[in-house]
Amino acid sequence: MTRQSAGRAALRLLGWLPLYALLAASAAVVMFPLYMTVVDSLQPIAKFLTFPPDFWPHTPVWSNYRAAMTSIPMPRYMANSLIMATVITVGEVVTAALAAYAFSFMRFPFRTPLFFLFLSTMMVPWEISIIPNFQTIQRLNWLDTYQGLTVPFLATAFGTFLLRQHFMSLPRELKDAADIDGYGDLRFLLSVVVPLSRAALATLAVFAFLQAWNQYLWPLLVTNDPNMRTVQIGIASLQSEEVQRTNVVLAGTILALLPMLALVIAFQRFLVRGLTAGALKG
Amino acid sequence: MSEETMAGRRVGSPRARAIRQTVAAAPFLLPSLVLFAVFVFYPLVRSIWLGFHATDPFGRNEVWVGTAQYHDVLTSSDFRHSLLVSGQFALYTVIPATAIGLYLALLSHRRLPGIVIFRTIFSSTVATSVAVSSVVWLLMLNPSVGVLNYVLGKGGVPTESWLTSPTWALPAVAMTTVWMNIGFATIVILAGLQNIPEELYESARVDGAGRWSEFLHVTLPGLSPTLLFVSVVGVIFAFESFGQIQILTQGGPLDATNVIVYSIYREAFLHYNIGLASAQAVVLFVIVLLLTLLQFGVARRWVFYQ
Repeated sequence: MTRQSAGRAALRLLGWLPLYALLAASAAVVMFPLYMTVVDSLQPIAKFLTFPPDFWPHTPVWSNYRAAMTSIPMPRYMANSLIMATVITVGEVVTAALAAYAFSFMRFPFRTPLFFLFLSTMMVPWEISIIPNFQTIQRLNWLDTYQGLTVPFLATAFGTFLLRQHFMSLPRELKDAADIDGYGDLRFLLSVVVPLSRAALATLAVFAFLQAWNQYLWPLLVTNDPNMRTVQIGIASLQSEEVQRTNVVLAGTILALLPMLALVIAFQRFLVRGLTAGALKG
Repeated sequence: MSEETMAGRRVGSPRARAIRQTVAAAPFLLPSLVLFAVFVFYPLVRSIWLGFHATDPFGRNEVWVGTAQYHDVLTSSDFRHSLLVSGQFALYTVIPATAIGLYLALLSHRRLPGIVIFRTIFSSTVATSVAVSSVVWLLMLNPSVGVLNYVLGKGGVPTESWLTSPTWALPAVAMTTVWMNIGFATIVILAGLQNIPEELYESARVDGAGRWSEFLHVTLPGLSPTLLFVSVVGVIFAFESFGQIQILTQGGPLDATNVIVYSIYREAFLHYNIGLASAQAVVLFVIVLLLTLLQFGVARRWVFYQ
């Protein structure tokens, strides 16, 4: 019996072989650009002038990675990005949780129009507001500051929308019970709603962090001081400034990508939920 | 029910209640509302206003010029060119990214041992930023030592200096963008596939449908809202693209890659032509707004067919 079913399983696996081959080939194609970047980040600089290109680092120069952390200001860039992304993430989660709470548990005049007002901000692409926003930041003397990098992004309609979706699914009886127990709104939010919404909050946090870390246009505009550059601006500008150390810049590029790759892999489940929130709800 | 307890506990005129509710809700809503007012609504109005004014490089000394700048933008061949480039860029990025995402999602949809690894690989490019993917592809596209020309040369295909050729620069930038967007497309389409009810497949099988007919009559219709979403978001992404242009081509050669946002950036921050750039931004806003409304409108019609 068991041998028979084991045999059948093996046979089925054999039948999947073409599919696995296709999967492996597709994975290789998708990964190829990153693979080549890793290979090149481990090459001695002399290799960059030779043709044909090498597909394997025959003498891997691991010190390129050490150089990326010491001879170009990667640690500073990474720290700037970390600070920026953390502040934006915390801000987005807090403002969205507060607003989403009001829209799902409180009654007040103009609730629906206000919610539509929130949603309408999703229709204003950031790119079209860069000129007035740049002027605002300039007038506040916030160029080359963390405030300038973060404050414009501390509230999002997307976050409010995502959390409201979840808050609305919580049983209404919770609120009635909390009212009877004399809980204020803030206490109810913090001690009941938040613990029940960890997954939704994590989704928003992962999403916000990834987006913030990967920003390009805004940090490019509001930072001139090399010390305030984020990692994205850093690698993009080093790549043209440091032609003699392309391999080191590529090592830096991999270092800039790794945290996000880890985030995406570790929190894939949450990320999927965030990315599809718009798709599945129409 | 909560209405009743509320009314039962606190009695007052409707007006007093409205005030009390507003006061209670304000601390929850104001943080977001203030930020939206300063960084979303004010800039929108200000952009429209700036479009009506000629300014000095710092946005001061505004002089009312009426619709002249909007007229300039809408009739100038440069802006029309940027619009065309953005449209082409959308075409070159959305169709391949959606098709590849669909292919990868279908490939990794079945529950097989180890499939999670493949799904992770296919969705991994969602982690790459525009700066990272631009740096990565700059290397691949290098005309003399890049891998792309090496592989093409091996295959006997004529090689190109991709980013400096007026013909090939835009497709080359599009290619890097497609790669970057594959992860997003795959993730969303995979989720869409999982949302198609299993019963539909079962009844198709009962009706004796083959693989292909199953795909045509169950998978594709079930996936249409998802594919629509991925495409419209892709078009919006394309119209908002900036980083890959700034890093790879700076809008060149001969403006071949001067997409709208790059054009706005160049007018505003390199040529200090704030008014004209604002007028361009307003036109971009209208385009993206129409695309978003299209998505909502069409999605509503398509999503509820079941």
